[in-house]
Amino acid sequence: MKRVLLVIWLFFLLIVQTPGYAQTEPPVSDDEVNRLASELYCPVCENVPLEVCPTKACAQWRELIREKLALGWNDEEIKAYFATQYGDQVLAVPPRRGFNWLIYLVPPLTLVAGILIAIRVIRKPKTIPAAQEVSNEGPCRMAAEDFISQIENDLEGVE
Amino acid sequence: MIGGIGYGGLVIALVTTLTAVITSLCGGRSRSAALIETARRAALITFPVLSLSILALLYLLASGRFEYSYVYQTTDLSMPLYLKLAALWGGQEGSLLFWCWLLAGFTFSVVARRWKTEVDLLPWVIAATSFTLLFFIILVLFFENPFSRYFITLDGIIKRAFFPPAMSILAKPTDGAGLNPLLRHFGMIIHPPALYLGFTGFVIPFAFAFAALVSGRTDDHWLKITRKWSLLAWLFLSLGLVLGSRWAYDVLGWGGYWGWDPVEISALMPWLTGTAYLHSAITQEKRRLFQHWNIALIVLTFCLVILGTFLTRSGMLSSVHAFSQSAIGPAFFVFIILMFSISFGLLLHRWSALRSENQIHSVFSRESAFLFNNLLFTALLLICLTGVLFPIFSELLTGQKVTVGPPFYESATAPLFGLLLLLMAIVPLTMWGVSTSRNLGRHLWKSALAALAVPLIVFLAGVRNWFALLAVWLVTLAIFTTVLDTYRTVTLRASNRQEPVRQAFGTLVRRFSRRYGGYLIHIGVALMALGIIGIEFFQTTTQGMLAAGETLSLSGYTFTYEKLEVTDNADGRNSARASVMIKRDNRELKRVFPGSDTYYVSQQSVTLPGVRSTLVDDLYVILVDWQPISSEGATFKIYRNPLINWLWIGSGVLVFGTLVALWPTTRRKNIPRTHQEEK
Amino acid sequence: MTTLPVFTQDPVNKAKKRFPYWMVIFGLLLVGLLITLGLWLKQSRQTGFEVGAEIPDFSITTFSGEHYQKSRMDGRVILLNFWSSWCASCEEEGAILEEVWREVKDSDDIIFLGVNYVDTENDAKAFLEKYGITFPNGPDMGSRISRLFKVQAVPETYLVDKDGRLAAVQIGPFQSADEIRAMLELAK
Repeated sequence: MKRVLLVIWLFFLLIVQTPGYAQTEPPVSDDEVNRLASELYCPVCENVPLEVCPTKACAQWRELIREKLALGWNDEEIKAYFATQYGDQVLAVPPRRGFNWLIYLVPPLTLVAGILIAIRVIRKPKTIPAAQEVSNEGPCRMAAEDFISQIENDLEGVE
Repeated sequence: MIGGIGYGGLVIALVTTLTAVITSLCGGRSRSAALIETARRAALITFPVLSLSILALLYLLASGRFEYSYVYQTTDLSMPLYLKLAALWGGQEGSLLFWCWLLAGFTFSVVARRWKTEVDLLPWVIAATSFTLLFFIILVLFFENPFSRYFITLDGIIKRAFFPPAMSILAKPTDGAGLNPLLRHFGMIIHPPALYLGFTGFVIPFAFAFAALVSGRTDDHWLKITRKWSLLAWLFLSLGLVLGSRWAYDVLGWGGYWGWDPVEISALMPWLTGTAYLHSAITQEKRRLFQHWNIALIVLTFCLVILGTFLTRSGMLSSVHAFSQSAIGPAFFVFIILMFSISFGLLLHRWSALRSENQIHSVFSRESAFLFNNLLFTALLLICLTGVLFPIFSELLTGQKVTVGPPFYESATAPLFGLLLLLMAIVPLTMWGVSTSRNLGRHLWKSALAALAVPLIVFLAGVRNWFALLAVWLVTLAIFTTVLDTYRTVTLRASNRQEPVRQAFGTLVRRFSRRYGGYLIHIGVALMALGIIGIEFFQTTTQGMLAAGETLSLSGYTFTYEKLEVTDNADGRNSARASVMIKRDNRELKRVFPGSDTYYVSQQSVTLPGVRSTLVDDLYVILVDWQPISSEGATFKIYRNPLINWLWIGSGVLVFGTLVALWPTTRRKNIPRTHQEEK
Repeated sequence: MTTLPVFTQDPVNKAKKRFPYWMVIFGLLLVGLLITLGLWLKQSRQTGFEVGAEIPDFSITTFSGEHYQKSRMDGRVILLNFWSSWCASCEEEGAILEEVWREVKDSDDIIFLGVNYVDTENDAKAFLEKYGITFPNGPDMGSRISRLFKVQAVPETYLVDKDGRLAAVQIGPFQSADEIRAMLELAK
């Protein structure tokens, strides 16, 4: 009960505090800027995340993120802004539209192809060899198995 | 003079390699002993001749002969000797020469050692290695000559050439431009050679596969001969990748070890197929399965090596690794077309002869575990290949540049890596040939339950990330089943033969060094996975500007900025070093000195993180920015990377395990050998 | 018992089989890969337009909202200057470009267009204000124009003549106003 009250009180505090924050417009912390900058790429130096790019230009872009965050833009809006300003290469992954769907189709297609190949390779033999029938006869032969495994171990490496 | 020796060595190597290619091809066809012997001698002589070139270049680098453009571009007077020597692979020309030398070295060792037993295959092996070598020598000699010098013509134009252009005088700069500061790191001394050894090492299994395809001797023979060669190449490639990660972690200053950079992926791709090959090769030896797949896989591995080198060396990929780019693209492209079409044509030609004689009988057998392993590695390769090539497709077809960054790779590969961990956990419980779900299940469920203990503890410690808990469970399971299997085999042997446990263990490891080496590698990989889980799921970071005496806090630690010192060094760099005290619960843990070096000549800076490293976590402090005059405020970025050290420890275990697997197996004398083994 | 694998010299199945269909697919993929690599190599080695080349249409909206389109400006010489606020050598160049612009702006047959290459709007505007630049300047949205011209680094300047062909190129900054005047002569 005490805990519930505490939660309610905290929640209340949060509601009360929020408009206050909005009015004073606190500076956006470096951490918030970096969080978003790590999801964007430097438009000039290819394949360098904006968060870690040491150039002056990138410092300017990080400041831009800070400004936009201070204006209350959300992550998606800022990313979209960067993409229209500098091109899609600033996004860490291609935007999900048009031709770009191709790359998102590859992993699931690979998975499907892999499963199909596995089924084909394993199900191919229709003739069950004698060895398998032998092994299936006894359901529970722990010691024998260990013995086989040991023989197998001993023979390993002998070509 | 010295440069002349180096250049002369290259020219002679060109001639001998060309001779080797022609005579081995003719000799292989006509089976003329004289021609084959000529090819062998030509292949043997290339290595010492190229060694002479390498020595000449090393001498030039060490003695600071800045009239040589390569020496000028990669060294300066202030560099210590070991860095001057390491500059051999600090630029394009030297790296390519080094490649040639390694290729020649591998060819030399295989031709020198195996001549007596492998007369069938060897002409074709020489043809394959020499053809590759020939191409690289042509690159070095005609496109990227490390022995070219600077000449000033009468019009005052500076030209780079080996032979003096008409009406010109030799330019002798008094000091060089110096090595790229990012490369002045200990990891840089061993990362490139290890990687290149790995890359070039795969030429031997490739050449034998090629020989098998051409000669039609497509049984297991080529595979058995090259078993250790491929393992050795794989070892160096793994080492190269790990050292590269470590270098990135230490020098690039982004708190990470792997950025899914196109160049990193180019090096990873042959590793993926190489790893798949090591597994499926065992299946072929044990069960005579996957014959066609194995030969295709090793050919693919070397093709990927060449493709990766092409992508990174021709400057077509931009990334942190694009230190050296040049105009070798078209020549390289021709080589790639030749190599891919010859390999593919040969595979096609021999395909029907390569049919597996055996079949997989059970989903739960060890060979099907290896099949799944190969499927997973192939899937990983496909994802990497798509990721690297997609931006190219996109730009060519739609004109739109895109980036394929870590989020894509992480979400696409994480489930596959998870499944690989699961396979690693299951494999010690499986058997070759026949196995039923019941057999496997009975062994598995107990281990699975036992391994739950660790994620449970982690859960009770407050971790609520289900993916992380799953990953921890898989890692525990993999280590558990591996150790358990070893324990059971050892105790069984000890009790059967009345041996002390230690002796039984020793004998088993020595006799089945591949198996237990493999187990050790698996444990190493599991430990590496632990490090990756730590940094991927639980990395925390903060950044802030501090005045002296102020404090940042992160995950229970506090970081107090004490002071900043900026000094000018005699070797042409300006260094800034901050001192930061790390505390926990008001207890002083360590004082670290994050800083940054700016090199005046190249105007390049290098970040030097201050790190407190323990088995639990790394605290990684970076000096991002500072006010030079007032030294009042400095901006720090701090990462806490939990468990990251296990990544390096696991890598060590992996390397050790590979060495165990490479160790010559001791055999009992009383078992008749059906085939003359190597050595 | 496990049987010892026996080494056989030539277990080749001589029966000729047709290639599996997926080999054909794989072969086609390989050819596709090689063609892509080739095209890409060609493209990555391509430099920008040659002098005399027809320049395709492009458009730019300036910071003040005016719209300029190349196809609607036939008959005028266009000087296209790529710059950024973070580029140090663009600063001096901006001042001398402005100097020449003031000489030619009243004649109706020359237009200067500043293309702001990957930059932030506020910094760019501050830059324009600081150096008193009055010729039309606008952001290169999505880096389309700079990709069209294969801009490697800023500053770069392209002169398009009245017929829409490239008349001259300057890679790197102009050192003096005379250099710009000389370049403008080339389009006449």
